[in-house]
Amino acid sequence: MKTIRIGSGAGYSGDRIEPAVELAEKGDIQYLVFECLAERTIAIAQGARLKDPAQGYDPLLAERMLAVLRPCHEKGIRIITNMGAANPAAAAARVREIARSLGLGGLKIAALSGDDVLETLRSGDHRIEETGAPVAAMADRLVSANAYLGAAPIVEALKAGADIVITGRVADPALFLAPQIFEFGWSMEDWDRLGKGTVVGHLLECAGQITGGYFADPSVKDVAGLARLGFPIAEVTEDGGAVITKVAGSGGAVTTATCKEQLLYEIHDPAAYLTPDVVADFSQVRFVQEGPDRVRVSGATGRRRPETLKVSVGYVDSFIGEGQISYAGPGAVARGRLALEIVRERLALTGVEATELRFDLIGVDSIHGDALSTAGGREPYEVRVRVVGRTGSLKEAQRIGNEVETLYTNGPASGGGATKSAKDIVAMLSALLPRELAKPAIAFMEA
Amino acid sequence: MKLRDIAHSRTGDKGDISNISVIAFDEADYPLIEAHVTAERVKALFRETVHGEVVRYEIPSIGALNFVMRNALGGGVTRSLALDAHGKCLASALLDLDIPDRPV
Repeated sequence: MKTIRIGSGAGYSGDRIEPAVELAEKGDIQYLVFECLAERTIAIAQGARLKDPAQGYDPLLAERMLAVLRPCHEKGIRIITNMGAANPAAAAARVREIARSLGLGGLKIAALSGDDVLETLRSGDHRIEETGAPVAAMADRLVSANAYLGAAPIVEALKAGADIVITGRVADPALFLAPQIFEFGWSMEDWDRLGKGTVVGHLLECAGQITGGYFADPSVKDVAGLARLGFPIAEVTEDGGAVITKVAGSGGAVTTATCKEQLLYEIHDPAAYLTPDVVADFSQVRFVQEGPDRVRVSGATGRRRPETLKVSVGYVDSFIGEGQISYAGPGAVARGRLALEIVRERLALTGVEATELRFDLIGVDSIHGDALSTAGGREPYEVRVRVVGRTGSLKEAQRIGNEVETLYTNGPASGGGATKSAKDIVAMLSALLPRELAKPAIAFMEA
Repeated sequence: MKLRDIAHSRTGDKGDISNISVIAFDEADYPLIEAHVTAERVKALFRETVHGEVVRYEIPSIGALNFVMRNALGGGVTRSLALDAHGKCLASALLDLDIPDRPV
């Protein structure tokens, strides 16, 4: 039976680069996929594009391509990535430039667009999912709106002979589903196989999170070699069967336990995982350890795809100001608490306009709040005061960090290492769009 | 014993929704986990930070539960004031739950 091997070269925009090179050189793969687009990334990239029409793609695009293009070219590995972010065409042009600088001729690069539906959403009668409010009411606060496209246009690009496919917003698993549909000639209505191909994509999309990353817990769940973690490979057959593995000799581990954790990562109802291509059902999935770092996945299926596409909407939300300062040694906690009280009083006294404030003692209660954190007993040796608040302007946000910093000379004894920051916040909401309103388009260029 | 003795866990995030898996190391322990790690207990544990409903999904084929918690991430990962905006540390708190010992 026909088998293909797909490697996952990145789990997020800032991910390590050498594991992708290792996959290209030693992974015996035919496809290398880079998933680099978190919820907010595209909204920030949109801002960059507005400032400079040649920007708006992933900041590590050039570094990644410089590292993998040659080995991929030599071995005939095709690359699929959403590193195009808000500007796939500019990203494709940059990759062409890099290919030429490396002396790699004849590469066909596809740029997929059509996920940007900001104008469609702005002009029509559409509502925000989370709040029910009309999208149009957000008016000039709207920064971006990108529909999650499916696998179909990527399949089309592969059929046209693309060596590198660069997309903007696409459902993460679709980046991995597309080469399976293309290689095996699956129908776009073969819901069972699309469900099987989607579970493979879901398992691979966070790269190192299935090979032992985000997993180790010393003495309970030990993982060797995290400093040189290997990224995953899926070995898929045309009937939808799959084995998850990694490059021999790389760090980490592929076990049924790592696979189970990743199966449920960012999943709500496991029987209804919504994607643009299929409603995948993971509720009957099974994993079997077939050998060292080889786990077979079976039992996924699927149902007809949804009629609507999810749209990720970026908008200017607020400003956040923050300040931190440390206390250590005997009485550190008491001095930290005194510091928090002083800043609380100062913010009120000086009239800082914040809609939301948070007072944390890092090392004591900053992660899970008071109720879960006070059971520990023994006091920590050092604490870090953290005050953070939401405001309507950058200037107000700056005042919060300043009130922490002034603790140096006005606050409890021996406070050190103060830091402060203030930033504007582009936040994300979602909307649903009838799928025919998003119009994918592909542009090709040759290196 | 603690849940951590028989299960492992991972947290994921989408918007203001957090999900936490609880997975038996040994699938034979799944019924024990299913009986004692209820949506009500999880909701009570996270009462300070989770303001919406908690729904539990069962996946016996891999010996796991999945808890989906709404209004759980300070208004959403992209605007939360929390140090751990993604709620990635939540799984560790859940593993500290007390579970009755296995019947001998």
